[in-house]
Amino acid sequence: MKLSYYPGCSLTGSAREYDQSIRELAALLDIELVELADWNCCGASSAHMTDHKLATELSVRNLELAQDEGRDLLVPCAACFHSLRAASLSLQTAKTYTPKFEILHLTTLLSRPEWLQKISARVLRPLSGLRLACYYGCLSLRPPAVTAAADYENPRGLDLLVESLGAAALPWSHKTECCSGSLTMARPDIAISLVGDIVQAARRAGAQALVTDCPMCQANVESRQPAGAEKEPALPVFFATELLCLALGDQKKKKSFREHLIDPTKVMAALDSENAGSH
Amino acid sequence: MSDPAISPAQGSSRLLMDLHGAGLDVSACYQCGRCSAGCPVAAYLDLLPMQVVRLLAYGQEDQLLASHTIWLCASCQTCTTRCPNEIDIAGVMDFLRQRVQAQGTKPAEKRVAAFHRSFLRSVRRWGRTFEVGMLGAYKFRTGDLFSDLKLGWAMMKRGKLRLLPRGIRGRRQVRKMFTKGGRGKPT
Ligand code: SF4
Ligand code: SF4
Repeated sequence: MKLSYYPGCSLTGSAREYDQSIRELAALLDIELVELADWNCCGASSAHMTDHKLATELSVRNLELAQDEGRDLLVPCAACFHSLRAASLSLQTAKTYTPKFEILHLTTLLSRPEWLQKISARVLRPLSGLRLACYYGCLSLRPPAVTAAADYENPRGLDLLVESLGAAALPWSHKTECCSGSLTMARPDIAISLVGDIVQAARRAGAQALVTDCPMCQANVESRQPAGAEKEPALPVFFATELLCLALGDQKKKKSFREHLIDPTKVMAALDSENAGSH
Repeated sequence: MSDPAISPAQGSSRLLMDLHGAGLDVSACYQCGRCSAGCPVAAYLDLLPMQVVRLLAYGQEDQLLASHTIWLCASCQTCTTRCPNEIDIAGVMDFLRQRVQAQGTKPAEKRVAAFHRSFLRSVRRWGRTFEVGMLGAYKFRTGDLFSDLKLGWAMMKRGKLRLLPRGIRGRRQVRKMFTKGGRGKPT
């Protein structure tokens, strides 16, 4: 499989481990990614929220680049995915554009049955014993008229993915609650309170960590996480692709997760001792 | 929370016409409250989403444009997704925010507005967001120089902040999008 790839700005900076793990995973799954040459920022929430016309124009340039390539376009960032799809739909409604390619969301793609099968067949290191709260956030799901997400109120894609690695995906209450990533710089007080609720809900469900596919959620939930009570360690937030690489990748290479603001070493150590015990 | 007058005598028909022009329609709202029940930032708002919708239907422009709500809306799309009458409430928030900017009046949440502006300035300049430059500009605009220094340092140590911007080849194309009367133009 060969796909065009639109990383988006976050993945070149604050979420660079997401980009790295996506590229590594693609190689493991025989997916060839061709980065869209000279792509521009999609405008993200700031354009969408304050200048619709600009938001559309920024996305149109990217859509044109992808149209020239003709391959389906993988867009891992939820905000970019949302912007590109919204622009594409508004052009299609205006009948000025007929796309020759699909805009693909990473989790939606990988949670298709054929990919899940392929993934579970290639697991080298099962993540059994790892208890995860799958956190979807907003923009890859809502509104469904833009995202075409199937189960937008109770999505299952990430759950299926981590289950195929042997981890436990817990039922919990805040799967699709907003973490207010778009306000995190200007109103950190709001972000801290919303993130606090989300993390508390994950703890209540018994999670050792969260797992997401949204780079803004990952950064926001790690950076704005209020300190828990004494016996409550901070919960790291993994990208789904990091866990996929951990389970499927070269087992001789040690994963450091050093890019994380919340150190997941303890969670990883618990996983190791669990698996050592089961051998 | 303020207590907006229901069925006020005066309202802006201009506002309603522009709303229609933007492809938005709020007239089917029956005040069920679903939008507001699911709003993650409801506790911080001076007007609940359902009040925004109702005030808009009555053309109450001044109250809406002066509200904090339109800036504190995180654009999570929950309200739009759940409204039984297909009212795009998140789209309404965008519309009102853009109206404040078009009129050049002061946004009720200066920092939020300054953040969006700094973000778009960065895109205008480089074709992509350059996080360090953008955050610097935001801090300069707001005078909020010292918050999040620790966070910035933690990100820096982890190689998460690129120190030098890298512009794209097509950045002139991108810049043109801003000069056609867009909001991201220099202020
Ligand atoms: S959900 Fe829709 S109909 Fe119900 S109060 Fe909100 S805008 Fe009105
Ligand atoms: S889009 Fe804005 S108003 Fe609607 S639920 Fe989300 S934060 Fe609240």
